[in-house]
Amino acid sequence: MIEKDRPILETRELSKRFSIGTRFSSQGRRTVHAVDNVSLTVQHGETVGLVGESGCGKSTLARCLVRLYDITDGQLLFEGDDITAKSLAELRPFRRRLQMVFQDPSASLNPRRRVGDLVAEPLRIHTKLSSREITKRVAELFDLVGLLPDHVMRYPHEFSGGQRQRVGIARAIALNPDLVVLDEPVSALDVSVQAQIVNLLADLQEKLKLTYIFIAHDLSVVRQVSTRIAVMYLGSIVEEGPAEELFATPAHPYSQALISAVPVVETTPSGQRRRIILTGDVPSPLNPPSGCRFHPRCPIAVDKCRVERPALTEHRSGRRIACHFPTLK
Amino acid sequence: MIYAILRRFGQMLFVMFGISVIVFLIFFATPGSDPAARIAGRNASPEVLEAVRHNFGFDRPLYVQYGLMMKKIFVTGDLTSFVNRGWKVVPAVLDSIPVTLSLVFGAAVLWVVVSIIIGIVAAATRDSWVDKLLMALGLLGISMPVYWLGEVMNLITQSRYHDTWLFSWVPPLGYKNFSDDPKGWFLALVIPWVTLAILYIGIYGRVLRAAIIESMQEDYIRTARAKGLSETRILLRHALRTSLIAFVTLFGLDFGALVGGSALLTEVVFGLQGIGKLTYDALQSLDLPMIMATVMYASMFVVVANAIVDFVYILLDPRVRTS
Amino acid sequence: MMLSVRDLRVSFRTHEGLVRAIDGVSFDLKEGEILGVVGESGSGKTVSLLAVMGLITDPNAVIEGSIRYRERELVGLPARELRRLRGSEIAMIFQDPMTALTPVYTIGWQIAEQIRAHKRISKSQALERVEELLAEVNFPNPREAMSRYPHQLSGGMRQRAVIAMALSCNPALLVADEPTTALDVTVQAGILDLVRKLRATHNSAVVFITHDMGVVSELADRVMVMYAGRVVERGSRTELFSDPQHPYTRALLGSIPPLTGEKPHRLPAIPGSPPSLLRLPEGCAFGPRCPVNYEPCRAGKPVLGDGNHAAACFRVQA
Ligand SMILES: Nc1ncnc2c1ncn2[C@@H]1O[C@H](COP(=O)(O)OP(=O)(O)O)[C@@H](O)[C@H]1O
Ligand SMILES: Nc1ncnc2c1ncn2[C@@H]1O[C@H](COP(=O)(O)OP(=O)(O)O)[C@@H](O)[C@H]1O
Ligand code: SF4
Ligand SMILES: [Mg+2]
Ligand SMILES: [Mg+2]
Repeated sequence: MIEKDRPILETRELSKRFSIGTRFSSQGRRTVHAVDNVSLTVQHGETVGLVGESGCGKSTLARCLVRLYDITDGQLLFEGDDITAKSLAELRPFRRRLQMVFQDPSASLNPRRRVGDLVAEPLRIHTKLSSREITKRVAELFDLVGLLPDHVMRYPHEFSGGQRQRVGIARAIALNPDLVVLDEPVSALDVSVQAQIVNLLADLQEKLKLTYIFIAHDLSVVRQVSTRIAVMYLGSIVEEGPAEELFATPAHPYSQALISAVPVVETTPSGQRRRIILTGDVPSPLNPPSGCRFHPRCPIAVDKCRVERPALTEHRSGRRIACHFPTLK
Repeated sequence: MIYAILRRFGQMLFVMFGISVIVFLIFFATPGSDPAARIAGRNASPEVLEAVRHNFGFDRPLYVQYGLMMKKIFVTGDLTSFVNRGWKVVPAVLDSIPVTLSLVFGAAVLWVVVSIIIGIVAAATRDSWVDKLLMALGLLGISMPVYWLGEVMNLITQSRYHDTWLFSWVPPLGYKNFSDDPKGWFLALVIPWVTLAILYIGIYGRVLRAAIIESMQEDYIRTARAKGLSETRILLRHALRTSLIAFVTLFGLDFGALVGGSALLTEVVFGLQGIGKLTYDALQSLDLPMIMATVMYASMFVVVANAIVDFVYILLDPRVRTS
Repeated sequence: MMLSVRDLRVSFRTHEGLVRAIDGVSFDLKEGEILGVVGESGSGKTVSLLAVMGLITDPNAVIEGSIRYRERELVGLPARELRRLRGSEIAMIFQDPMTALTPVYTIGWQIAEQIRAHKRISKSQALERVEELLAEVNFPNPREAMSRYPHQLSGGMRQRAVIAMALSCNPALLVADEPTTALDVTVQAGILDLVRKLRATHNSAVVFITHDMGVVSELADRVMVMYAGRVVERGSRTELFSDPQHPYTRALLGSIPPLTGEKPHRLPAIPGSPPSLLRLPEGCAFGPRCPVNYEPCRAGKPVLGDGNHAAACFRVQA
């Protein structure tokens, strides 16, 4: 029986670095600090949203969490079991409980195979079900994700983007996982279709008692689906807290700028919100700035920020901030 | 930049060293055969064999043999052929270099210029009869074997129509030194140039046309149109320029290979004593010192040509400069 | 009226049949006005503006209708004259800044090229102007940026360079095709600010394409909503957002999750997906997905009425 009070997934100071170039290339061998010291706890049944500008390490973190990448430093615990360094064979029992859905539904589905086959594949690999049972299960899954029974015989290209993403989701939930990591699952979809998928994900979570880690660059979508949100900047979490609270009163200057930048539909012309426009570009993770990594773009940075790196500290229950001068309300 | 050049140079030396070792091992250290016997050629007398053995140090360890060999090729240059007694190998190779270079260089100028024109015209008139005609001619050029084409050329210019005004200027087969007789050099090479270039004109014209047409689909071409540039400028300054990157890569490979001896057939047909012909003859008579020397030369040229291509590449494509 | 498009139709002959990408689009644009064009992908936003720019090069395209720019008919105008307008009076910014610039030339060279295509000035004068332009679009170090190649700049900086290029000849009309879609919101905010500022300083009219309702509502004076190659609703920003008429506009606005306040338990989603242009439904193209459709919707195609605020919908017009 699963202990409900133990977090389903936990990272402790997890880092992922990539080496690029060789000793012979012009700038020699260099290190990309893609994910840097991330400590994150995910409880059963919640949805943790990851937001941040592109290149801040969201996808890399997601891939580390399902062990698609090897972890450079730190620890990854799944229900208390340390799976940081487990071999592929040792990971097998965890794999089925830990699934991932990718952004581009067409790139992650083999175009030459029927979608029924694609959804059945994980069942054939990981279970001992007979082929009749598999057919039955696939039909069940199709029903769950809102596809018609006769769709099993179709090929991925015969579907619209939204339907393809439904297939991707069916595949991910085929093995009854506990945790699903969704990397930009709605970003490639049309606006009018996004809402369908968001609703589907919410329904599945309720029915199947799923836990989600949800990545999207559309902040309002992340807010809608998440119970908790972590804001990332240059590989690290700079602020974390309950979704609605964090959006209502962002405390880190970066979260404030990020949230204020989202254009929203204003019905009255006077209702313009105050916008914080960040200057400069995101620094390169090859060569992160000293002190607080946000200081070169931070509107309130002082000397201390340039030297001393603020730790991610808990300010109120459930609110963690990595800033020397957070805006606390 | 300086650093990049030096590094490239170092790599080149390293590659040549590797090739020389491999070639050396293949010819001199293959177990079960006496290299001295192979160097001396068939039916050599025991005295000659003994001389060879001593001369090449076959009674000493392998690395000494290698060192001696390299010394004979690069330092003293007194490696001698044992098939054609006493013929010095290194001067023979050095003598044939200008022949091959003249042939390949002239043909390359011809094929680059003509194929760029063909590629541009075909791409600009895409799908029209001009394009179709040019591409059909290109295909014809590709499908004609050089050897056959050369023979036909000879037949036309040397015998059948030699006495008409059209080809009476064509000198007899053979090479003339540029320094002795520039005009004779040029005239003697015109027909070989054309013959060798035709195949490559076909290939390069088609490749360039395809590359230009592909570039014309790029977003930046649409930007160029939105800027109000003329179609000619868009084609020449934007589409052609980016297409040349693929062109140059191909050119480097072909040029290196041709200078390294692949122009063999053309050299044989037109009686030119170039590197290809030299290698060909050496292989026929199993003249090991000569093979060793020509292979070394060829590999050096392929490596040098590749290095040059890389430099041109850097000039053409700023993206490779920084990464 | 600066730009007046009437009954524009663009179709493409394809293997599977005729694709009616634009099926009777009409709109007007005043000097100095920002028109927002919203719609999902495939609704015909890009094609309609490429048609205005005379940039549809596909030989299988059939273009009909009228496009009048300052009393001149652009449809059927000789290529030479069209070229003289493009880049000088009418400029365009494209969606993907990563691919919109030629990779082998510097930013400075590419902008100077456009200036010199339209003005008889020396190279050094052109480069001086480039420096001014880059400063205007907030490059921190314009002189240095001029000698950069596109791949050496971030996406946001590239888009600024493209905007600088578009502004180089003081265009009267700026057409921007989803210029911020590929960018992060933080970068987008800067670009939107810039567009607003430029309208104020250059008094250029802007047609701004996007699929983001939020962006339109922050930027546009007037808005046009497109669906399946037609305009389904048109109005001033205030009219359109405070009183959306067309069921599609309403549904689209409703399906955007709120950024503040109470979260709805479920989002009001639009069922189905946008139709294929090869197999458009009978009658109203939105019909099969429309929550309030009834018989007339299947019988004929609703037309967009006259008036400042209009919707192509039988329910609304009834
Ligand atoms: N395989 C890789 N090799 C080298 N660098 C990588 C690799 N994958 C990602 N990166 C770098 O790591 C950083 C984080 O990337 P990513 O996780 O994809 O960001 P996000 O998903 O937030 O956009 C980026 O700077 C990216 O260039
Ligand atoms: N060259 C073409 N050939 C065939 N169909 C095309 C062509 N260009 C565009 N289309 C079609 O026209 C429709 C409208 O496209 P587009 O204007 O790009 O949409 P949007 O910009 O609103 O996303 C799409 O369905 C697209 O497939
Ligand atoms: S620590 Fe300093 S620089 Fe960093 S976010 Fe806080 S105030 Fe800004
Ligand atoms: Mg990502
Ligand atoms: Mg478009």
